[in-house]
Amino acid sequence: MSDALSCPVTGATEPLPEYPLPRAAGCPLAPAPTAQALRAGKPITKVKIWNGSTPWLITRHADQRALLPDSRVSDDDLNPGFPYVNAHRAEIAPVTPRLITNTDAPEHTRLRRTVNGPFVVKRIEKMRAPIQKIVDDLIDEMLAGPNPTDLLKAFALPVPSLVIAELLGVPYDDHDFFQRSSSLVLDGSAAPEDARRASGELVAYLDNLIRQKTATPGKDVLSEMAGRVQAGEMTHAEAVSMGVAMLIAGHETTATMISLGTLALLQHPDQLALLRETDDPKVIANAVDEVLRYLTIVQTGVRRVAKDDIEIGDVVIRKGDGMIFDLHAANWDPEVFPEAERLDLTRPARIHQAFGYGPHQCLGQNLARLELQVVYGTLYRRIPTLRLDAAIEDLEFDHTGTTYGVHGMPVAW
Amino acid sequence: MSMRVELDVPKCVASGQCVMAAPDVFDQRDDDGVAILLEEHPGDELLDEVREAVAICPAAAIRLVDQ
Repeated sequence: MSDALSCPVTGATEPLPEYPLPRAAGCPLAPAPTAQALRAGKPITKVKIWNGSTPWLITRHADQRALLPDSRVSDDDLNPGFPYVNAHRAEIAPVTPRLITNTDAPEHTRLRRTVNGPFVVKRIEKMRAPIQKIVDDLIDEMLAGPNPTDLLKAFALPVPSLVIAELLGVPYDDHDFFQRSSSLVLDGSAAPEDARRASGELVAYLDNLIRQKTATPGKDVLSEMAGRVQAGEMTHAEAVSMGVAMLIAGHETTATMISLGTLALLQHPDQLALLRETDDPKVIANAVDEVLRYLTIVQTGVRRVAKDDIEIGDVVIRKGDGMIFDLHAANWDPEVFPEAERLDLTRPARIHQAFGYGPHQCLGQNLARLELQVVYGTLYRRIPTLRLDAAIEDLEFDHTGTTYGVHGMPVAW
Repeated sequence: MSMRVELDVPKCVASGQCVMAAPDVFDQRDDDGVAILLEEHPGDELLDEVREAVAICPAAAIRLVDQ
């Protein structure tokens, strides 16, 4: 049952569901059936998480749009009641520097403005040609290499690695180290001591690299941040943490959108054909947003805590209550996306919340969109016979990381 | 009657979504990406793009008002 149209949308909602919610067997790309059932029947309701606490789960698109930009909804994980994703995150919260990922306005606004420069739309657009070259070269290598191959290793992981290395100014020779370390930090099933060691190594590496960039700056993001440190606009520790965060955030997320995006498209040959037969940038851009909507790979929910009482619908979220926003459920909300279970590259998809919503919406979203536009617009035209070289049931999906993913994707052509 | 665009600069988180949606109406500052309103009274032909910018602005910092 790999077709999402036949996937269940009902699941047990009593007793208190445990979050994250499991996907249905045989439906690797659909949201958890219980999340869909809650959205229809109890769109703002309590769930239980790993530490026994019971935050609210918000599943409707409209409720997420109302709450996520609300100044009473806090991203500061030092506030009592914050629903941490796991024990590791709870443990590091008190020793983590103040970042765009754990602060509220006005501190958040200041920090975000110090790191936004490289992601300005016009600057990102200048990366289109270099990204096209990276993608073309990797496809050349893949076509010259073994057939079948693992799309993840041959293509999906190297694309964002090369792009983010170019953006940050990380030497490409250190690329393997980065991929390994960021995987460990992101993998929820990794032993906490391994995750801690990997994160420590990344911090030490970036710390050193930013010092080098201070002495001999280049035209890259780390050099720019080094300049801001010297100008007193941010601290060295903030710059190091932001560098690590950008590196990790840009890697596996984009790789997964390439691997699972290809899987979703291969399952919908009529939609893949639309993409293969167009060179209209607007059609390709909308296709990317629709695949982002359909897959919504963030699977641990966006976590927040109430700084004050909030009335919404017929519930009152009390000060100190945790909140979890299930983005996948919202992106399959039929009130916004009719027949949401259909992958339809021509539907208006732009209002999806795959990158979150509110002031913390993904910093790298414009770069991610650009990478995916180049990949989706190139890969299937260059390799029109691309096919999955395994039964979908035999693929091993990552149900534990912050983002969903697949451990290897054999393809042939 | 024309429509007026209001941009709440202090709320702007510089995601650039308005520039993607309506490049003739919005731009961004080079250094920090904060939105710049290029056209306070956009022509009718631009209003659909501005409405999309209003809808996708993650900071809810843009309004399109009748005046």
